[in-house]
Amino acid sequence: MDTLKYILKRILQTIPLLIIVSVVSFFIIRLSPVDPLAELKLNPSISPETVEKERARLGLDKPIIVQYGKWAISFVKGDLGVTSTGEKVSSKLAERIPNTLLLTSIVILLTWLVGVPLGILAAVRWKTPFDRIMTVVTSIGMAIPSFFFAVLLLMFAVRTGWFPIGGLTSAGYADMNIFGKFWDITHHLILPVFVLFTISLAGLQRQMRANMLDVLDSDYVKFARAKGLSENVVIYKHALRNAVNPMITLLGFEFAGLLSGAALTEYVFQYPGLGRLILEAVMKSDINLVMASLMMGAVMLILGNLIADILLIITDPRIRTGA
Amino acid sequence: MFREVIIQLWKDKFARAALIVLGIIYLALFFADFIAPYTKDFSDRTMAYVPPSKVFTIDENGKFSKPYTYNYVREFDQNSLEIKYKFDRSKKHYIKFFSKGQPYKFLGLIPMKRHLFTTDEGGRMFLLGTDINGRDVFSRLLFGGRISMTIGFLALLVLFPIGLLYGGISGYFGGKVDMLMMRFAESIMAIPSFYLLIILASVLPSGMTSTQRFLLIVIILALIGWAGFARVVRGMVLSIKNEDYVQSAKSIGASDLRIIIKHILPQTTSFVIVAMTLSVPSYILSESGLSFLGLGIQQPDASWGNMLKEAQEFTNILYRPWLLTPGFLIFVSVLAFNLIGDTIRDVLDPKSKVR
Repeated sequence: MDTLKYILKRILQTIPLLIIVSVVSFFIIRLSPVDPLAELKLNPSISPETVEKERARLGLDKPIIVQYGKWAISFVKGDLGVTSTGEKVSSKLAERIPNTLLLTSIVILLTWLVGVPLGILAAVRWKTPFDRIMTVVTSIGMAIPSFFFAVLLLMFAVRTGWFPIGGLTSAGYADMNIFGKFWDITHHLILPVFVLFTISLAGLQRQMRANMLDVLDSDYVKFARAKGLSENVVIYKHALRNAVNPMITLLGFEFAGLLSGAALTEYVFQYPGLGRLILEAVMKSDINLVMASLMMGAVMLILGNLIADILLIITDPRIRTGA
Repeated sequence: MFREVIIQLWKDKFARAALIVLGIIYLALFFADFIAPYTKDFSDRTMAYVPPSKVFTIDENGKFSKPYTYNYVREFDQNSLEIKYKFDRSKKHYIKFFSKGQPYKFLGLIPMKRHLFTTDEGGRMFLLGTDINGRDVFSRLLFGGRISMTIGFLALLVLFPIGLLYGGISGYFGGKVDMLMMRFAESIMAIPSFYLLIILASVLPSGMTSTQRFLLIVIILALIGWAGFARVVRGMVLSIKNEDYVQSAKSIGASDLRIIIKHILPQTTSFVIVAMTLSVPSYILSESGLSFLGLGIQQPDASWGNMLKEAQEFTNILYRPWLLTPGFLIFVSVLAFNLIGDTIRDVLDPKSKVR
């Protein structure tokens, strides 16, 4: 019951946050000297009526506060306007967001599966050659610019022909059977996942190692050792549980970092995700699209943090009791 | 404290190597005008995408000779329809050291002509080849580095005072002020930082001078980072403000702002130093990412990021690998900053064992 109350409270807290985010991004975009309808007007395939409808929807002739109100109301209703090519923004987003979520969730899953054990190992074998090598490897992983790494991998893909260059699906995707489709997507995902994986693995491994070292140094671990428990029980039963908790908080941050990192990677690999959508929208100054994808990015980030917090409430009883 | 940090840095093998590497890079950037054989704006349109010049020290008779190089000539292969570059072996161009070349102003002030190395009249010396406009990649690396390697520091100089003051005020006053200020900071943090970065950059009007653009990008980078920093400062201030000496400063009637600036914020110094060294690399990476997309530093100015923009084309990646050199420099300098940052953290915060 307590847990539920906490989760509910945490969910309610995100609402004011979302409102402020929308105000901030709305004003940033309105700061720009670009006429939000310029692209629409230039596109000959869009009728003047559509442009008029957009003008009325955005309330461009009214003061900025009213404009924001109008925008917010239509956003809540789910009407995000049209892109400069005349498509519906909402359908465009619905097409891209799953792709970004697919990419980031695979990366998070992989980094956790690999990074946490590596972090534990490095902490347990503190100051051994293994630990030193891991430190060097993670330093390299943290230093390589994601887009540069992506470019290098593309070069590799072009040279060897082992991997498709960019996109998410091949040309004949629609005709494939279910296994063919699955393999095709996997094949396209390998390189972008590898880039993001390498980059986020470094941070995760280091954090896990640091947490584990902290915990291994604490009194109750010393006590567990002193009463003669085997090293395995001490590490995996006593120390690990407490060392993993801070990692859950990190999950939210990792998700945030990935959304940003993914934008450049998506761009280089021509991956049809939210990051590339927003980049293209920014370059074409497609205001409706920019605004909507900015909000969606923020919503995804806030949801990521929310999920991390809820997980933490479930796993760590100290938070529930309000200590 | 400062002395101890330096000594510890020098003791650590990795950190020492990193210090030396960064030292060399910054020295080279400082003397960029002198080291670079060409000026920033030099371009030879007939020499687009020329591969790196080869330096010969043994001549065709197998004897040692003064170092010399051959110019490249462009040839069009009718069969394979490719443009090829071949040595023009008819004329040797000797490399001259400390001799007069293109005029420049050292650090923008002192007019000079001497370069570290140039070739004799008519020769072209492209150590790392040229780009699409026939500009010397080596020279541009040096000039671009000046921007890439300083922009992070400048952004930090803008960001830290803002973050410190914001976090300080929020933590010190607490209550409603704290809640409002923190909700605002959190909402900035809730926008994926790279999304915010590209949007801010795209809002910049076109037609600015390169200095204006540089400064605005510094400010944009700072706008992204302050919120997270302010949050951490606030957390520290919350625990510091209940210390006895803060209470006593209050009781003798010091003003709130004075207490925050003079008594509370100095306590966060070691955290600030650690956070600063650890965040320089991320600003270098942000700037290069932004310029890579064409939203940061604009042509004809060079930065490592916008030089890499050419690496977006497959033909360039495959046949002109010298265009990738800025990426390696970014990698090396970020690695060096990270190593130094880690060591400084170990020294100032012995509890952390992240390394």
